[in-house]
Amino acid sequence: MLKAIYEHLKKGLQKTKEQAKIGLSELNISRKIDDSLFEDLEIALLKADVGINATEEIIEFLKKEAKKKGLKNGEELKGLLKEKLISMLKGCSGELRLLNEKPDVILFLGINGSGKTTTVGKLAYRFKKEGKSVVLAAADTFRAAAIEQLEVWAERTEARIVKHKPGADPAAVVFDAVNSAKSRGDDIVLVDTAGRLHTKEHLMKELQKIKRTIKKFSENQPCETLLVLDGTIGQNSINQAKVFKESTDVSGIIITKLDGTAKGGALIPICRELKIPIKFVGVGEGIEDLQPFDPEAFVSALLD
Amino acid sequence: MFELLTEKFSGLVEKLKRAKRLDERTVEEALKDIRRALLEADVNVEVVQQFIKDLKGKLVDRELIKGLTAGETVVKLIYDEVLEVLGEHSPLQKPEKTPGVIMLVGLQGTGKTTTAGKLARLLKSKGYTVAVASTDVRRPAAMKQLCTLAQSIDVKCYADEDEKDAVKLAEKFVKQAENDGISYLILDTAGRLHIDEELMDELVLIKSRVHPVEVLYVADAMQGQDAINTAEVYHQKVGLTGVILTKLDGDAKGGIALSVRRVLGVPIKFIGTGEKIEDFQPFYPDRIAQRILGLGDIQSLIEKMQAAIDEDKAEEMAKRVMNAEFTLEDLKEQINMIRNLGPLENILKMIPGVGSKLKHLKVDEKKFIKIEAIINSMTPEERRNPQIINGSRKRRIARGSGTTIVDVNQVLKQYKEMKKLMKKMKKSGKMKLPFNLPM
Ligand SMILES: Nc1nc2c(ncn2[C@@H]2O[C@H](COP(=O)(O)OP(=O)(O)OP(=O)(O)O)[C@@H](O)[C@H]2O)c(=O)[nH]1
Ligand SMILES: Nc1nc2c(ncn2[C@@H]2O[C@H](COP(=O)(O)OP(=O)(O)OP(=O)(O)O)[C@@H](O)[C@H]2O)c(=O)[nH]1
Ligand SMILES: [Mg+2]
Ligand SMILES: [Mg+2]
Repeated sequence: MLKAIYEHLKKGLQKTKEQAKIGLSELNISRKIDDSLFEDLEIALLKADVGINATEEIIEFLKKEAKKKGLKNGEELKGLLKEKLISMLKGCSGELRLLNEKPDVILFLGINGSGKTTTVGKLAYRFKKEGKSVVLAAADTFRAAAIEQLEVWAERTEARIVKHKPGADPAAVVFDAVNSAKSRGDDIVLVDTAGRLHTKEHLMKELQKIKRTIKKFSENQPCETLLVLDGTIGQNSINQAKVFKESTDVSGIIITKLDGTAKGGALIPICRELKIPIKFVGVGEGIEDLQPFDPEAFVSALLD
Repeated sequence: MFELLTEKFSGLVEKLKRAKRLDERTVEEALKDIRRALLEADVNVEVVQQFIKDLKGKLVDRELIKGLTAGETVVKLIYDEVLEVLGEHSPLQKPEKTPGVIMLVGLQGTGKTTTAGKLARLLKSKGYTVAVASTDVRRPAAMKQLCTLAQSIDVKCYADEDEKDAVKLAEKFVKQAENDGISYLILDTAGRLHIDEELMDELVLIKSRVHPVEVLYVADAMQGQDAINTAEVYHQKVGLTGVILTKLDGDAKGGIALSVRRVLGVPIKFIGTGEKIEDFQPFYPDRIAQRILGLGDIQSLIEKMQAAIDEDKAEEMAKRVMNAEFTLEDLKEQINMIRNLGPLENILKMIPGVGSKLKHLKVDEKKFIKIEAIINSMTPEERRNPQIINGSRKRRIARGSGTTIVDVNQVLKQYKEMKKLMKKMKKSGKMKLPFNLPM
């Protein structure tokens, strides 16, 4: 019985492997444009986490254009696809918006383990290199050793850290951080918050309270509310972005972990539906592994 | 999706009423929706293609499940298929020698350290002497994180911030655990990318030194299409004995479960359902299957099937009634059937046109229980031939059922009246089912 199941699974495995066409690069695109080519393109897009809705839209578009322009070869189609994807990301790139208010406050949020704390460290390093004075607010008072983790990043980047005890009110930490930055004339406050699933209403309320606390110092702050998305995650990212945007008015996205083999294609439907600018891409665990988002480079990697 | 399917098929239902089998068109229509649902759930697209192809072969020309429409039949069959792929609940391996080492491995931020704490708590609650150990020399404050969790559940934690060699740490901690008489040692490792050769080699080396009973791959339930690729590389290089899916407390569908099971065949052992240390459960396939397919309500399908089976019985009974063969045994069965449907009031209220009139009616379920108890206390012979029930038999039945002779008499009288009524019904040919039960 067990053996039979194992054989069955092994067979399934082989079959899946035979079928495997990994990305566009391994797809022979220099061929006649026909239904099978469109099918292969569809699979390539789905495999990049673009999602069924956006993928169908793209394929429809390609079919129509190919007919209209009388395209014959797949190579021509590839160019068209690339253009289409880049155009879908139009309006979704942008630099950090700083107001030079001393302090400018940047709030980081996202689901558990997406890379918030690491990204705070990386950005602190960037600002320090620009000669700015940076304060890290340890507003994750919930997760075990979250404060200690941020402390290590503070040491590495020589930023000042403001922290309370584990279990303290995160909004109180943020108040102290912004308050002290204001009185000392620091340039930037980076607020690291605890990871939370967008489905947990009380935790989303906690973020709103943090935001209100920041606004007590300046109506213009936080100058950025950055949602940190894990690039290995699939279609759930869309919901995450939607809910975080609704409840905390996200102003930008940072997508992490694109140094692996995941493509982060969910950004396409996220951009299409929510038009949130993508500001940075995380490409490793190191202090310098953060790059500005470049739609063309992103699309090239996606189709690779 | 379930709503979608049933909606879509409700138009077809009329046509299909007489059909007893799933025709190709119905199956194809349904599979289109299933494909969408699976892709939206992040099941790997290649797995989806193959799965759909297999399903088509299995579904076309299948008999409809009794009581279900064509659409519902498809959903139920696919659900069963997904359940099969997901596999059974699979417990942890018992250690042959102590300490039994459980290695937790996986990508960055999936939940390994948190899960180490959760697993330790679970094993401790089962009476094992448990310890956790950290070999994460890379992530800031990783050791502190693990030991904080361990401390909160009063479990020993091995860590050494000064040693930077993960393999040496692993060996050292296993020895320590042996000396400390630990039965399960949970070994936390640093998160790493499957394409990081150097770090993957480190895992292989650790494994070869500590001979773990389990190497559990901790994966984020939200992971997208790449999930398969990652898990496959981990499995090929390190050799996995199980999978733990984390962060299932959100609204992710967890398609990774299906992909991983289908391609690797490694059992899913546990699921993480929250950040707190007690948010941890053994894996049961039905919940995930429902989630992946987006079936809010597979239970209602099952109930409908159940009802259909009961309908068969009811029909059979109707025949017996028409032939006036109705015995006390049948009466008992009928009571059972009705009681199985749930609180009587609710059922009566669901009958169109009856609900509003019944507002003040209180159905006395206790009476049913009493009737059942009385019938239960009769011998089979007495049930078939109630006329043999004399005074002494009545006394015995009353004692056996915890009722009084008056009660027994009442049941017998009601039964006689029902039977009379049925004879009349038979003559007039009106009313098919004897639903005028005593109340
Ligand atoms: N490969 C890779 N790993 C990353 C990247 N960004 C973060 N990580 C790793 O992901 C893991 C989780 O990162 P954290 O910064 O702790 O994530 P977080 O969002 O603060 O987590 P919580 O506070 O627990 O919700 C760590 O092991 C990081 O080193 C990235 O761009 N690439
Ligand atoms: N909501 C939720 N959060 C979880 C679950 N399991 C773990 N987490 C959270 O996910 C985040 C990452 O967990 P860790 O245990 O640090 O992950 P890790 O795999 O050890 O991370 P690295 O060591 O950096 O690779 C933390 O914020 C945890 O609290 C779960 O089942 N549900
Ligand atoms: Mg953090
Ligand atoms: Mg860890």
